[in-house]
Amino acid sequence: MTLTAADKAHVKAIWSKAGGKAEEIGAEALGRMLEVFPQTKTYFSHYADLSVKSSQVRTHGKKIIDAITSAVNHIDDITGTLSSLSTLHANTLRVDPANFKLLSHTILVVLALYFPAEFTPEVHLACDKFLARVSHVLADKYR
Amino acid sequence: MGMAEVMDTSIFGLLPQLPNDQPTNQTLTMVHWTDEERQAITSIWAEVNVEEAGHQALTRVLVVYPWTQRYFSTFGNVSNATAIAGNHMVRAHGKRVVVALGDAIKNLDNVKATYAKLSELHSEKLHVDPENFRLLGETLIISLAAQFGAAFTPDIQAAWQKLMAVVTAALSKQYY
Repeated sequence: MTLTAADKAHVKAIWSKAGGKAEEIGAEALGRMLEVFPQTKTYFSHYADLSVKSSQVRTHGKKIIDAITSAVNHIDDITGTLSSLSTLHANTLRVDPANFKLLSHTILVVLALYFPAEFTPEVHLACDKFLARVSHVLADKYR
Repeated sequence: MGMAEVMDTSIFGLLPQLPNDQPTNQTLTMVHWTDEERQAITSIWAEVNVEEAGHQALTRVLVVYPWTQRYFSTFGNVSNATAIAGNHMVRAHGKRVVVALGDAIKNLDNVKATYAKLSELHSEKLHVDPENFRLLGETLIISLAAQFGAAFTPDIQAAWQKLMAVVTAALSKQYY
């Protein structure tokens, strides 16, 4: 499902606000995923604290949001921008791709939570498509 | 408990007759809600404007997953976001859906029975792909997050996600 020009504009607009709160938003999205979908905890057995407040979750959450920010900034070449992350996920992390949908969902929940006025149905649509595209690129080298 | 732990109850129909001191078929298949989960659900529900929440959630489904418009060909103009948001039939239907959700919330210990007829309706008459129940559940969660902000804590979200999973399972139960 191709990103239209309108989709790209919506994503860039809302991300210009989200990118500045990378640690907060990342921690919330990751922490909520771990709580709401406990099967995802299996990838973080080495973390002492899996709550939204955990420093490990905050650090990792920020990392994830920063990576998405770079995809937003190079929205016409997500494949190229995320290429090394894609290799990492395929060869080293090997997170089951089903989980990308779960994190995408909690990212959308957190965007709605933080930016209720900006997160209109059209922006929601654009973000859903964009995150699906990011997920697809991340899983691209798996097999 | 997460979505993955909501049980598909169909396997229990295959169990042999159990002796009297064993839990009954029904107890084994009942969804267990903690007091915190019940509280999370009812406290948010008390603040929800049923018509507004329904309108928001259904509008988002029709906009974000436009293929769902296939079920609303008699609703007039649902061809773009503005038309959808302004459509009176969409608003009325959204309200109807969330009113029905209230029935589940009032009967948390027996959502399956509460929704048996509704499930049959969606399967036999409406021919709705059960995947759509999941989509509506997700957009309702997102609508609640937008309405409640930080008050929609991770714990509360988890309870509502579980509720959406239970509702989806119950609505899917009569499909064959």
